[in-house]
Amino acid sequence: MEAAEAKVDGNAIGGLLSEIFTMEMTTAESTCASCGAVNPVGRVDVYLRAPGVVVRCPGCEQVLMRIVRGPGRYWIDLRGTRCLELAAPE
Amino acid sequence: MQETPRVASLFLNVPDWQGHHAGQHVDVRLTADDGYQAQRSYSVASAPEDARLAITVERLEDGEVSPYLVGEVKVGDKVELRGPIGGYFVWNAETSSPLLLVAGGSGIVPLMAMLRHRSAAGSKVPARLLYSSRTADDIIYKEELDRIASSGDGVEIAHALTRAQPSGWKGYSRRIDRDMVREIAWPKQQSPMVFICGPTSFVESAAGLLVDLGYDPLQIKTERFGATGG
Repeated sequence: MEAAEAKVDGNAIGGLLSEIFTMEMTTAESTCASCGAVNPVGRVDVYLRAPGVVVRCPGCEQVLMRIVRGPGRYWIDLRGTRCLELAAPE
Repeated sequence: MQETPRVASLFLNVPDWQGHHAGQHVDVRLTADDGYQAQRSYSVASAPEDARLAITVERLEDGEVSPYLVGEVKVGDKVELRGPIGGYFVWNAETSSPLLLVAGGSGIVPLMAMLRHRSAAGSKVPARLLYSSRTADDIIYKEELDRIASSGDGVEIAHALTRAQPSGWKGYSRRIDRDMVREIAWPKQQSPMVFICGPTSFVESAAGLLVDLGYDPLQIKTERFGATGG
């Protein structure tokens, strides 16, 4: 399989992110800590076949987030995301 | 309901379903007798106005979920659903911009929900669909798309067949390219809303062609499902 085809996008982790943040997250705007690009989560690159989920900036390819779900726990590394801006629930 | 030899639509009665927007997906989880669980995302195919929730699933021979959903599942079986999920790749019929839809393979599913929603909501926004399939047998929703295109309701549909074409084929006979996109896409001055869904390489090439034509990348919404869904 080509490496490019292991890549999906942030729409694919809408369910996982809603478990963690308990709201719709694909429209949240993420700012890359590396290059400053701002993208809705639905637009970022996602690799599901890594150990856990790896989210990368579509601009500079730096890691934005890593999420691992183990039995009864999540580990969330947001180092590569400078800011997440999202709509407050109504 | 079998759509093509490898693709079937499932109609689900979901108690307390909160409703959805066209373009959203659901996560389907199956649990084996030994407790092993497998979960995959499937786009909702039905319009928000439809009575039952429909998903359309392509059977992947090495998949863990799709071979059950296409072939084994029986009327009355129960599956575990989570959703609706997603707010980015979503279209609402109240929008007034022209609609440009570009689908590769089973990427047609969320775009079909948009066309069904457009029709059910009585929207008159002009819409164009460019739909790339391998062969004529692989075209999902073929009869319904033919009906929509011939209804005079403002939807134009162009098919591309990349692998084999039946005799007398009048559509495109190649992969999506610059000339095809130039012929189908609305002039960028009309500020169309663009939704592209399909395998990652298809979506990236289609989006790149539109950006080359002068479209703003931010007006192009994409959903890339990799090589397969599982």
